[in-house]
Amino acid sequence: MKNIRGIFITLVVVYVVTAILNDKFLGGYNQSKQLERTGLYGILSLGVAFVIITRGIDLSIGSVVCLVGCGVPWLVVRHGWSPASAVSLGLLVGFLIGLFHGLLVTKLKLQPFVVTLCGLLIYRGATRGLTDDQSQGFGSGFKEFREWGTGEIELVGKFSLPYPFLILVALSIAAWIFLRKTIWGRYLFALGNNEEAARLSGINTDRMIILSYVICSMLAALGGMLFILNGNTAQPSAYGNFFELYAIAAAVLGGCSLRGGEGTILGVLIGTAVMQVLKNMINLVTWLETHMEFLIVGLVLLAAVVMDEIVKRRTAKKRLA
Amino acid sequence: MGDCLLEVRGVTKRFPGVVALSGVDLQVREAEVVALIGENGAGKSTLMKILAGVQAADEGELLIEGRARRFSGVQESQAAGVALIHQELNLADNLTVEANMFLGREPRKFGWIDQKEIRREAERVLELVGLEVSADTPLSELTLGKQQLVEIAKALSTKARVIIMDEPTSSLSLSEAERLFEVIRDLRERGVSVIYISHRLGEVRELADRVVVFRDGENAGRLEREEIDHDAMVRLMVGRDVSQFYQRTPHELGEVALSVTGLRTVEHPKHALDFEVRAGEVVGVAGLVGAGRSEMLAALFGARPALGGEVVAGGSSKVPRSPLEALNRGLALVPEDRKGQGLILEMAVKENMSLASLRRDARGPFVDDAKEEALTVEMTEALSVKTPGSWQLARYLSGGNQQKIVLAKWLALKPKVLLLDEPTRGIDVGAKEEIYLLMERFAKEGMAVLFVSSEMEEIMGVADRALVMHEGRISGELERDEFTEEAIMELATGRSLMNAS
Repeated sequence: MKNIRGIFITLVVVYVVTAILNDKFLGGYNQSKQLERTGLYGILSLGVAFVIITRGIDLSIGSVVCLVGCGVPWLVVRHGWSPASAVSLGLLVGFLIGLFHGLLVTKLKLQPFVVTLCGLLIYRGATRGLTDDQSQGFGSGFKEFREWGTGEIELVGKFSLPYPFLILVALSIAAWIFLRKTIWGRYLFALGNNEEAARLSGINTDRMIILSYVICSMLAALGGMLFILNGNTAQPSAYGNFFELYAIAAAVLGGCSLRGGEGTILGVLIGTAVMQVLKNMINLVTWLETHMEFLIVGLVLLAAVVMDEIVKRRTAKKRLA
Repeated sequence: MGDCLLEVRGVTKRFPGVVALSGVDLQVREAEVVALIGENGAGKSTLMKILAGVQAADEGELLIEGRARRFSGVQESQAAGVALIHQELNLADNLTVEANMFLGREPRKFGWIDQKEIRREAERVLELVGLEVSADTPLSELTLGKQQLVEIAKALSTKARVIIMDEPTSSLSLSEAERLFEVIRDLRERGVSVIYISHRLGEVRELADRVVVFRDGENAGRLEREEIDHDAMVRLMVGRDVSQFYQRTPHELGEVALSVTGLRTVEHPKHALDFEVRAGEVVGVAGLVGAGRSEMLAALFGARPALGGEVVAGGSSKVPRSPLEALNRGLALVPEDRKGQGLILEMAVKENMSLASLRRDARGPFVDDAKEEALTVEMTEALSVKTPGSWQLARYLSGGNQQKIVLAKWLALKPKVLLLDEPTRGIDVGAKEEIYLLMERFAKEGMAVLFVSSEMEEIMGVADRALVMHEGRISGELERDEFTEEAIMELATGRSLMNAS
């Protein structure tokens, strides 16, 4: 719990400040929109958290979002596939990409950074080639299919629970159980801390690492589908750009150490929420220009990380005393 | 004592919660080798850091040639002629020998590094320590022993008059260590004093003019040259008589639990290894560093691929291809590098202890918390692990307790064959004794125990039988009643092999 205190305080501060600066922020519609965004991006953050816990990294998430996000409407609209088979193929592609990354990282001992950096280039390039660099989308059809990304359960006033958020909640519970309750979760943390010791304790470390890349890429693929179902149009050259960095930032903010072996699902969720509230603040507060988004997000993230480190050191000192 | 080159008077150093040193004294005369010994946590390293200017003393005085000094940094201690050589060498692998020697204090000429001066000085001091390598050799090409000599050469180039060596032989082979001892004696001839910190009492006996013993941050005693012997040193370190702790009662042996034929490792592909270990038997593997002992254990356990051979244990005669396969066949390995290979330092005692048995104890895919807790309680008690609680991170325990956690991890699986690689390295005397007693108990309960050790006393004290390795082959086998230091040494250095041929 001590690991997520800092990020939780950050969330509260950003939330309160935004609420004070703009009265629309707390409105039901806007709050629901926030949950929807958090749901979509959170699925990617969850995935990358698995990889980061094994001391790896995945830079290809944005490109996988692009490949699957453009690929599904391309198959369905241009080639007349049924949504079910397109979705299945999308998930299969995610599975294969993760397997590919994992095998290269474990069997060939390539660095995750390099492997997934190549992935980042390859999957985006492939999407642009496949689609002739043409914008993809469902147009005005496929309303029922798109419900998965756009639907919501209405509650009081204009406040509702969007499907992507509910999907995220379900996935988070599953991820939490996996990491905290199963032996595999224990193995992931163990090998993230000390891969050699884990291997010598009889853990099949290669298989666990491959599994984490598969989970990451499959969640990226799922996220890509929900993004396109939600947003309806995708430009292959830009779709999903920087999404891997949002995901990594959210995971790290939420307490996943890039040194491996550390991280909590709740932290990752809060980290994702902070990013979304910040973006929302920039949109809502009139005197903040939209093109300053990166500047502001970057500064707040840096401040949060610095504060967190200072607090950590102070508690460490207290422990010694 | 007026003729002291370096004198420490009543130095006290407190850290939050502990007094690391309380009023210790130490005198070092010119041209003298003083050995500083004591169990882990006795305060040796703290005093050395104070001498080297890395830390400041809270109380007390430090005199160099009778003048009180106070160092507030390594540069100042260096200027006063004190050099510290760390246990883990502080060298940059990727740089050359000479670049390492002058790192951070490169001689300048018009603002540029004076390469000629560096070369001249480097060659001079390399010769002093008798190291025949070119000054522009990358450090990574040197063996650890030679790197150690580079450190000493570096100290000499700073005009050091007192060189402090912290466990200098811990990763050296025997011949490298011998070389180091020659250099140390040579330094003494030249009037340089050495403060020698070591756990290896054999070395201390061989080298020291005087022995100073620390215990719990205080002076526990002093031995002059003629008083130095093993038992006297141990008595001062531990504060009680421990001469009986090597005694061991042999017991009934069972069936052959591990049978190895023709095992060849990647490191020594030409030599095939053959031996057997029976249930209830404790077999020690002696030999010099680099004789291929650790590689043999790693191959037996499937931690490193073997080139061929048979390993008969646990219902199969194949060489295990992975640690997982090995442990399923009843093998367990306590590796040499406790922190790097044995423990997950950032995980709790409980999580470390259950790591190997987690799968067996699981309910489907889920960790069985109750079983895990029960196991931890049982093991903590059985091995008398000292920890504030099962939640404590392994990082915060002492070396002896950490080793017990690694043992506990394997005991949970009730292995038939226990392999241990240097089971007491870096562990203090009291905890060593406990580990020996545990090894004996496991054997009594019917386990086959095979352990590698570089400490002669350990092999002779604990083993029923010894295999001696030399350059990748088993050069001989000795029964307990044949154990003598000479016999083991002869086989370990390959002397008898040469005589035979």
